[in-house]
Amino acid sequence: MITLNVNGQSRQIDADPEMPLLWALRDLLKLTGTKYGCGVAACGACTVHVDGQPVRSCVTPVSSVANAKIATIESLGVKGDHPVQRAWIELDVVQCGYCQSGQIMSAVALVESNANPTDADIDAAMDGNICRCGTYPRIRAAIKRAAEIKRNGGAA
Amino acid sequence: MSTNRRAFLIGIGVVAAGTTVGVVVAPRLLGHRKPPFDFKPNAFVRIGTDGSFTMTLGKAEMGQGIYTGMPMTLAEELDVNPQRLTIEFAPVDPAFNHPFLKMQFTGGSMSTISTYDQMRLMGATARTMLVSAAAARWKVPVESLATDDGTVVERNGGRRATYASLAEDAAKLPVPAKENVKLKDRGSFKYVGKPQKRLDNVVKVTGRAVFGSDVQPPEMLKAVIARAPSFGAKVKSFDATRARAVKGVVDVKQVPSGVAVIAENTWAALKGREALQVEWDESAGQNVSTASLRAEWRGLAAKPGAVGKDVGNVKNALANAARKIDVEYELPYLAHACMEPMNAAALVKDGRCTLWVGTQNQSQDLNLVAQALGIPPANVELHTQFLGGGFGRRASTHSDFTVEAAHVANGVGRPVHVVWTREDDMRGGFYRPYSISRVRAGLTADGKPLFYHQTVVGKPVLKQSPIGKPIIDKLGFDPSSFEGAANTLYGFPNLRVESHDTDEVVTNLWWRSVGNSIHGFVVNGVVDELATLAGQDGYAFRRELLATQPRALAVLDAAAKNAGWGQPLPAGRHHGIALHESFGSIVAEVAEVSVEGRNVRVHRVTCAIDCGFAINPDQVVAQVQSAVIYGLSAALAGEITIDKGRAVQGNFTDYPVLRMSEVPQIDVHIVESDGPLGGLGEPGTPPIAPAVCAAIHAATGQRIRRLPIAASLA
Repeated sequence: MITLNVNGQSRQIDADPEMPLLWALRDLLKLTGTKYGCGVAACGACTVHVDGQPVRSCVTPVSSVANAKIATIESLGVKGDHPVQRAWIELDVVQCGYCQSGQIMSAVALVESNANPTDADIDAAMDGNICRCGTYPRIRAAIKRAAEIKRNGGAA
Repeated sequence: MSTNRRAFLIGIGVVAAGTTVGVVVAPRLLGHRKPPFDFKPNAFVRIGTDGSFTMTLGKAEMGQGIYTGMPMTLAEELDVNPQRLTIEFAPVDPAFNHPFLKMQFTGGSMSTISTYDQMRLMGATARTMLVSAAAARWKVPVESLATDDGTVVERNGGRRATYASLAEDAAKLPVPAKENVKLKDRGSFKYVGKPQKRLDNVVKVTGRAVFGSDVQPPEMLKAVIARAPSFGAKVKSFDATRARAVKGVVDVKQVPSGVAVIAENTWAALKGREALQVEWDESAGQNVSTASLRAEWRGLAAKPGAVGKDVGNVKNALANAARKIDVEYELPYLAHACMEPMNAAALVKDGRCTLWVGTQNQSQDLNLVAQALGIPPANVELHTQFLGGGFGRRASTHSDFTVEAAHVANGVGRPVHVVWTREDDMRGGFYRPYSISRVRAGLTADGKPLFYHQTVVGKPVLKQSPIGKPIIDKLGFDPSSFEGAANTLYGFPNLRVESHDTDEVVTNLWWRSVGNSIHGFVVNGVVDELATLAGQDGYAFRRELLATQPRALAVLDAAAKNAGWGQPLPAGRHHGIALHESFGSIVAEVAEVSVEGRNVRVHRVTCAIDCGFAINPDQVVAQVQSAVIYGLSAALAGEITIDKGRAVQGNFTDYPVLRMSEVPQIDVHIVESDGPLGGLGEPGTPPIAPAVCAAIHAATGQRIRRLPIAASLA
């Protein structure tokens, strides 16, 4: 058995130590907000936070994160009231939506560490996240808006 | 639009606006779904005595925004704020059939076009009945009543009653005939025509949206398939001993598409597949490669083909042309590369089948699954989920990934979810057709456009589909070969388009905008070459070719003006322009590009679109931006090459798509017209490749006649 700390809860799983965290989250813990897109850390759909850092869960063996704090899209709440989610809603970012959990987790990590991200900061933080619907222009705008919401202490 | 032209477009997927719509009511969808009471005047809307408003959506949501567009149209006439609606995906039922295709299907950019009148009528019918119920309760004439966001009000400012409080009374009334239902004037619309927030925002930013990948019926197993490594390959034999020994593997079985490994979870299935030994007969694709197809097709393109369109006399024009070109254009196979790889879940038990799948093709999936299992269609149930991208791939002509899931699940007795890895998906075929064209075109002595003669070689898509047959029978040819060329808006006095249909073993399919992304590139490329030959710029020359097309001219002018066409650009930057009509919408795009060596950078794209009337203008902008980015990924570097029958590229590592840092600024200008409603999901894609290539020519003098651009600049 491997013990994981996911979204503040301790969860026991019976898994092959090599199993990528992605499949442990999705298949064993039924946390399906985190998506499979490429399996080789090339698209970012599977992005979660491990000890606050954005990580591609599709190439992260579950045994390597047994002592870490893991946060998935579900940790942001079901209402969409995190500043990044609020900005995403305000600017109607999503289209098919499949990549957006990963986009949002990358964006949350960015705005947590950078109160006022520039275009270059956004390029650097988000280039690992692919969106085939092409929501990039709105993601860029929404990250700036989310940072603004955060700077205003959560007030719009 | 002439009758012929309309017939042609219908073939590809545009249904003329003004489709007759009756009150479609499916008997099994009527009735009271749950106590205490629901008012359900038709298959689409349900008003609960608890104050709920529910809309049943027969279309698939794959990003294009129909989950918001159709509900807001219905809500407009029902007179309820669309944000109060709860949306549920419809079962497969004739009530949700496409009015022309007679099947439940989402594609061809026609969801809005084909349901707009219907949604209005459905909403207005419900509102009429609720008003009648209030009139009867209060014993006043209906004329004395109005509605306001879910409430019936007396015009004199007197009584008010919520729809919820009237639902039970309204349900007892007969459904009025269409003639007795009054629709709103467009001028009094509260929601339609104004930006409306997407109704799927919250579920999609919280990870709660359930895609096909995310379904969790109890006891479900996961499966992956050892798939044919090359096109047409067949299983010779396999040894599952080691696969079965992997912890979590439940079963290994042969199915038509390969050998399935069924396991308790995805990882176990993947490990099992790694351990599986399969021997393949790859003879079918052994001699097929992009290079061999190219050589063969170039020969074909030089020969006369089947005539899809013949206007004027290109033979005489060729003889009389003062200046002419004879050129070859080539476009590669392209994977759709939806973010969500293909997948479908099935439970086959007791002569019945339940499917959970993100599909554009509900009716066909259901019917082909019934056929594959040898059970009546009535015994198959299909639950549509959110689609993590579609772009045509999830409108499979063979329902490949859904039927496959039924085969795998057959005999298992538990639900089985067949998932495709990215490599399975990218190497699995169903690409945009590979296409080679020879084009001869020319000018008169005074530099006017004289003729356009294209011979296209490739495997047409439509005839592979069950929906294609009636259309091809009617027209006498497969219009998908010519789409975007035969019906170009550019007014060549002499125009001839011929085709050679191929039948290579590589599978193909419609890809966002179908033939339009191929021929929009070829036609615009040739027009640009003629402009240079005529000593004109691409914009001025197109104005001449579109002289009798006022809508197209307005769109072209809007794009040019907003891009600052002809104005000085920053050093090293150049403009290119293209225009294409598809799915009833006209789009022009101006690309601002710089080229350094082999490095092409697109800085800005200015788009103008005439889609008739913009129902949700903000989503018009979103869809055009989306279509530009999708087309630009393909234009710059998208290519599936075939070697010994195998697809070479397998993941985003060797099939690069646009990322954040590469995305240009994209401005979208909506040119409203009194034209019929046009489609939106696709028409933004065709102009981007030729606009960028025209700009590259302006920058370097090099013509890009073969996509992707990276291959031509190599």
